[in-house]
Amino acid sequence: MKKVAVVGVAQTKFSGPQEKTGVELFAEAATEAIEVSSLKPQDIKALFVGNALADFEEGQGMIQAYAAENIGCLYAPANRYEGACASASMAVRDAFMWVASGYYDIVLAGGVERAATMGTGLATRTFAMFSDARYEYPSGVTFPAVFAMLTYLYADTYKIPLQKLREQMARVSIQSYQHGSTNPKAQFYGKNADMTVEKVLGSFVVCTPLTLHDCCPFSDGAAAVVLASEEAAKKLTGKPVYITGTGQASCGTLSNQSDYLPRIRAREISSRQAYDMAGLKPSDIDICELHDCFSIASLIATESLGFFDFGTSGEAWERGEADIGGKIAINPSGGLKSKGHPIGATGAGQVYEVVRQLRGEVEPERQVPGAKTGMTDTLGGDGGTLVNLILERGW
Amino acid sequence: MEHKLIFKDYNEALLQNKLLGLKCRACGTITVPPKIACRHCTGSELEVVELKGSGKIRTFTTVNVASEGREDEVPYTIVMVELDEGPWLMGNLEGIDPQKASMELIGKYVAMGNKSYGGDKYSAGESARPVFQPVV
Repeated sequence: MKKVAVVGVAQTKFSGPQEKTGVELFAEAATEAIEVSSLKPQDIKALFVGNALADFEEGQGMIQAYAAENIGCLYAPANRYEGACASASMAVRDAFMWVASGYYDIVLAGGVERAATMGTGLATRTFAMFSDARYEYPSGVTFPAVFAMLTYLYADTYKIPLQKLREQMARVSIQSYQHGSTNPKAQFYGKNADMTVEKVLGSFVVCTPLTLHDCCPFSDGAAAVVLASEEAAKKLTGKPVYITGTGQASCGTLSNQSDYLPRIRAREISSRQAYDMAGLKPSDIDICELHDCFSIASLIATESLGFFDFGTSGEAWERGEADIGGKIAINPSGGLKSKGHPIGATGAGQVYEVVRQLRGEVEPERQVPGAKTGMTDTLGGDGGTLVNLILERGW
Repeated sequence: MEHKLIFKDYNEALLQNKLLGLKCRACGTITVPPKIACRHCTGSELEVVELKGSGKIRTFTTVNVASEGREDEVPYTIVMVELDEGPWLMGNLEGIDPQKASMELIGKYVAMGNKSYGGDKYSAGESARPVFQPVV
């Protein structure tokens, strides 16, 4: 396998409902990523586009072909990846494979979504399509309901009083809001920096015990990254960021994950693949952009990724160990909670953040000092698709 | 390879309050809802068995924000039940006030009935769902 570098990255602002079309949003991120890589659209050999729900958002299927044409990648092969909220990470991982194999030298990967444009009712319905349609959706399961059930299960499994757990979860949201408030690309830029435990616990209950401030927003947005072989990358940038580890795993119906819940087994397998491929261990990671679709999801994720022991991550947040300057910096971008969660773009947005962190290019308030190694963690559905990437400074 | 039990037959049985599962001849694990391979050992020698439909609540939530088309159902309580035969099954919980559902529910013994979800334009028809009631 060849070494593969991220050469350039770009992201639109993640936001509420947009007036720009999905193709336009993707095109803005894609053209910027190509431009900052000192490339032209004609240099892109293939496109890998994460998108979950454009069919419902705009009545647009096969969005990747229109996106390729829009940006001038005429007749280039373009593939769409659908893995619910992990779509873009699947796209980046497959793009990596194609370059690592030597088949292509320069490709574009990314994703786009207009989830906010759908409104809460249709967005809730379509997100629930990522649960088991025949055997679990009939019970009225929604995305927050899945993580609400995991919250009670987590409290029961690790014998943490519910009130204490909810306060720890509120700390997760507060940290995310603080970082997102200083990220100009974040949906909640300039907002919610004064969030308190009381406000989180006292906000509207979406699914018991999760409140509005435990939940990420619906978002519109796009992100894109250019990947290149080591030889090509060296000619394009003095700051290549190498993808040194990747992992991906699937699993099915939520109730059939019962041997492991509230742990997500697919994450443990996926992250192990990534660590083994990179030859690294959890303590080697400086920064992790992980899938905090709900506050409890952050606690569950950090434990399966090996950063904290099972049942202890809430305490880690309370002690600041999951923050910049702590044991590991979790979601300095603001995460899905505050940066936003345009599901088909989210994984590429995580790569965007990690690459800029490793290059020392983010706003000083949320820059992780001296970060050399970063990781992404993206979860699709109720654990059905898990993707992890490890990225390292190449200079 | 053929399925020993498909959605249509599982669903029709559930509408009659009969919960069907698949028992693996190799490892003895019960798989429910039905699949072509054993959920534990991936073996394909499966036989259809009727399950009791009773078990313990392992987790739950009361939903206040529903999907489009199901707004009239809120608030409702979803549970995951560990069946007597081992597997977990998702369903609804009735016979309690959804607004008062608390962690005291965890461990409670429940028995299964069913209700049909009529479906919407995306769902290719109706699906039965387990509806559990506390066993007093």
